[in-house]
Amino acid sequence: MKPISRRSFLERSGTGMAAAAAIPALEAPTFQSRPLPAEERGREIHLKVNGKDHRLEVEDHWTLAEVLRDHLGLTGTRVGCDRGECGACTVLLDGKSLYSCSYLAVWAEGKEISTVEGLAEGTQLDPLQEAFIEHDGPQCGFCTSGQLMSAKALLNSNPNPTEAEARQALAGNICRCSNFNRYLEAVLATSGKGGSRG
Amino acid sequence: MKSFTNVNPKDPQEAAALLKKAIEKGQTASLAGGGSDLLGMIKDDLVGPDVVVNLKGLSALREIESHSQGVRIGGLVTLEELSQHPLIRSQYTVLAEAAGTVATPQIRNVGTVAGNICQRPWCWYFRQGFPCFKHGGDRCYSVVGQNQLHAIFGGGPSFIVHPSDTAPALMALEARFRIVGPHGERVVPASEFFILPREDVSRENVLEPDEVLVEIELPPAVQNGRSTYVKIMDREAWTHAVLSVAMALEINDGVCRKARVVLGAVAPIPWRLPNVERILVGQRITADLAGDAGRAAVSRAQPLAKNGYKIPLTEALVRRTLLSLAG
Repeated sequence: MKPISRRSFLERSGTGMAAAAAIPALEAPTFQSRPLPAEERGREIHLKVNGKDHRLEVEDHWTLAEVLRDHLGLTGTRVGCDRGECGACTVLLDGKSLYSCSYLAVWAEGKEISTVEGLAEGTQLDPLQEAFIEHDGPQCGFCTSGQLMSAKALLNSNPNPTEAEARQALAGNICRCSNFNRYLEAVLATSGKGGSRG
Repeated sequence: MKSFTNVNPKDPQEAAALLKKAIEKGQTASLAGGGSDLLGMIKDDLVGPDVVVNLKGLSALREIESHSQGVRIGGLVTLEELSQHPLIRSQYTVLAEAAGTVATPQIRNVGTVAGNICQRPWCWYFRQGFPCFKHGGDRCYSVVGQNQLHAIFGGGPSFIVHPSDTAPALMALEARFRIVGPHGERVVPASEFFILPREDVSRENVLEPDEVLVEIELPPAVQNGRSTYVKIMDREAWTHAVLSVAMALEINDGVCRKARVVLGAVAPIPWRLPNVERILVGQRITADLAGDAGRAAVSRAQPLAKNGYKIPLTEALVRRTLLSLAG
């Protein structure tokens, strides 16, 4: 009998749960910018997120993470500590990784932002995402999108990193399940395949 | 997070004027270079600015420029840019290494060199909002509290340690800081920029509330100069130094002609060791001399109840760094 891996167990039990659940498909909620009373109106900013232009009215003290999640509905970016420590909120701004919880949306005016939602093209996953699955990187999954974005930033600038370089590149993303080694393996495996897609 | 108004000055003079204007109106104002630490402090209610003066638009301060009198580093150069810059890496190694050890890639991509120099302490009492000297209170909670990471030099009445990695490196390189205020400019040597709590317990440097640190000037690189930054952490990444040393030596024909030794994370300011430097100058760096230097480094240390381990650690760090740099 084929041994049961953790992955195949989760896949199967996941299918079971889906079948048992009520049938209506879950639709992702659509988020709109919260309409503000006139006296609270902030300023209009322009962001290019995953290649798409957005004009938004924001308040000065809103973080980029808040705007991505609560106003653009891009909830793949997680907010863990909200203090620039855990890395779950990592996105790319003009190609460089940063903690979106610790950066104001108004500071991102005119910038290009990449979030985890931009990695896959349709149903075609990014090689990094494939490798993360293959190497069982995600455990609880909360840190995964941040791990992916840090890995993406690394491979964009350094397609064939050494192990030490990859460790450094992922140092700002904390995995509470402590699956650091699997994430590292996945990144190194992707770089071995000639880098992740553009 | 508390709300505030973000303003985007176009030059340092306008930034200083905006700070001054806010203060005159009875408001509080904060500067944001990278802004990461500032936003954390606002979220934790440690500061509550009405106005955030965002310096990110000051593109003139994003350059590293080499000229006949040395190198000019704009205050907004990021720690990542500094750590990767070929000239800084080759001629001012201690600074590139120090910048490369700060925090994480995400912070280094945003965090600026001026912000790193001017960051507030990371004492856990200060960061938890205890009403300590730094928050206008009447005591330093570390004195009878958890003081494992606190000062062994220069403490009192506050025993914070200066958290910056680049600051000891800049002191070892004899950098000068250009400061812009509402009434003009001044240039302050790194060695006079930081101030001890006994001088003014409310702040860590000479900057007035309406002044901006805009540029760092490095003297010309010395021939036969070599320098390094070694940071001891309680894990391998993503934390402040438990202890660090920035060391710059000039060695001609095997003899040390000049030495700058500055410790990080042992005192409320980057802690230069002139007595160690004197031991080294004019000598060949041998194991015996390095041992003497290590012992001299800690001869005036005054530990608190729980940070005595920093003394043998400092002694070993100075000795080993000296030998590896001279070797």
